[in-house]
Amino acid sequence: MNFIVSILISLIAVSILVLIPWIGVGALDLRIIFGVVVPYAALLTFIAGIVVRVLDWARSPVPFRIPTTAGQQWSFPWVKHSRIDNPKGTVGVVVRMIFEVLLFRSLFRNTRLEYRRTEGGPKLDYEWEKWLWLAALVFHYSFLVIFLRHFRFFMEPIPGFVHLLESLDGFMQTGVLPLTGLGVPGVYLTDMLLMLAVTYLFVRRIYVPQTRYISLPQDYFPLFLILALGTSGILMRYFIRVDITAVKELVLGLIKFGPSTESLQGIGVIFYIHLFLISVLIAYFPFSKLMHFMGVFLSPTRNLSNNSRFVRHINPWNYPVKYHTYEEYEDEFRELMVEAGLPVEKQPQPSAEE
Amino acid sequence: MYDGGKIIVGLIACLAFFLSPFIYDAGTAAKAPKPVLTEKAKEAGECVNSTPYMKAWHMHLLDTWRHTVVRNDERYYSPRREARMARLDKNLFDQWRHFVSDGARRYVPKEDKVYYKSLQETCLDCHSNKSKFCDECHNYMGVTPYCWDCHIQPEEKK
Repeated sequence: MNFIVSILISLIAVSILVLIPWIGVGALDLRIIFGVVVPYAALLTFIAGIVVRVLDWARSPVPFRIPTTAGQQWSFPWVKHSRIDNPKGTVGVVVRMIFEVLLFRSLFRNTRLEYRRTEGGPKLDYEWEKWLWLAALVFHYSFLVIFLRHFRFFMEPIPGFVHLLESLDGFMQTGVLPLTGLGVPGVYLTDMLLMLAVTYLFVRRIYVPQTRYISLPQDYFPLFLILALGTSGILMRYFIRVDITAVKELVLGLIKFGPSTESLQGIGVIFYIHLFLISVLIAYFPFSKLMHFMGVFLSPTRNLSNNSRFVRHINPWNYPVKYHTYEEYEDEFRELMVEAGLPVEKQPQPSAEE
Repeated sequence: MYDGGKIIVGLIACLAFFLSPFIYDAGTAAKAPKPVLTEKAKEAGECVNSTPYMKAWHMHLLDTWRHTVVRNDERYYSPRREARMARLDKNLFDQWRHFVSDGARRYVPKEDKVYYKSLQETCLDCHSNKSKFCDECHNYMGVTPYCWDCHIQPEEKK
């Protein structure tokens, strides 16, 4: 698919998703639907979808070890082996998974193939490529911090880690823009980093020809959705403020299965847009590539130890093979073989009559 | 199922993380605290702006006050004048902002009053009950405004 068409499709989809709550709440005042029904439905879809998807993955058999062997295998005592990149046992696998999940080691090892002309002739180079890794790291950690910061709306009393995150994240203690009226509230670094990182990931996708070629609407859609989500959140915090006490009352009510309809009234439309976008995002999660947040734990190329050389793995669906050994064959045809003058291993017993 | 035990433990841990607020909040009250008005505030009847506006924007208002007083030496705030200026499209950005955040539109007070821009002398004159008017919501939302780093906290009569 042409990448412009892909981008347009995702862009239109996200625009519609922004317009739905805008019209739904702003014009039609359907606050219960957008403030109560949609979030519950989205959360249910999210939970059920994850469970179904993960159990489905868990049911698929993994009879053989297929880890990527990115280092020297364990063999002789005098050959130095790579404990993390070619793990021999559980410890190595756990360390490898920690590096993978927390630090995106596979992306860190990313290289770019480059074709270069030198004086001697053409030359292939494997170029150091760390920007994708950096942007991915910034994006995921910003998202995590932002998610955890939102726990001030989800929990009462607010746990200490939220305050810690807020003060670290807002340590710049400046407004979002150096203009009168935008000096408060203090800007959160992760807000800006998330937007920058997502923008980079999007620009990279269309800038690198290979990634552009393999990109589909379902690659652009989550990026745009997260951009819209971040934009609505930033707008709500810095530019179009809403009554956040009412927001927290509504959210706590949802969590306690008794949302107050009173608090639904006092909240601005921008909040419903934000809530609708996050609802769409989590409902979309189990059906999309975003499921890599569970899939990374279940990737057999990372979470298996490379022990095929010293542990026997038997394919469980091997059906019992009917044997007919040479001994049995000879037993069956021995007389005929002897008659034909063929050599036999066991000489026929001379019968007692002869 | 290969490593079924491990996968199910991981799945439960993940869901427990996402559903932790449901467990954490069990047994606590969901109601937001309501700011308590003093007798003086009730008597005055109206603030410098509408209640929905003040709920969402009071910090912004105070910051603008501080800025205009300290930088521009504009010490008096007239809600009517502000409203008139807003209608004259003085600040398009402001207009748009009030339009989009419904419930916080421009407000024209009944009385044409001029306020001295001061947290201590104007705001806290009516709202002298800081613990009931300010702190309860601030604690509920987990915000720690730095007003009292410089300003003197009002003494509260019990």
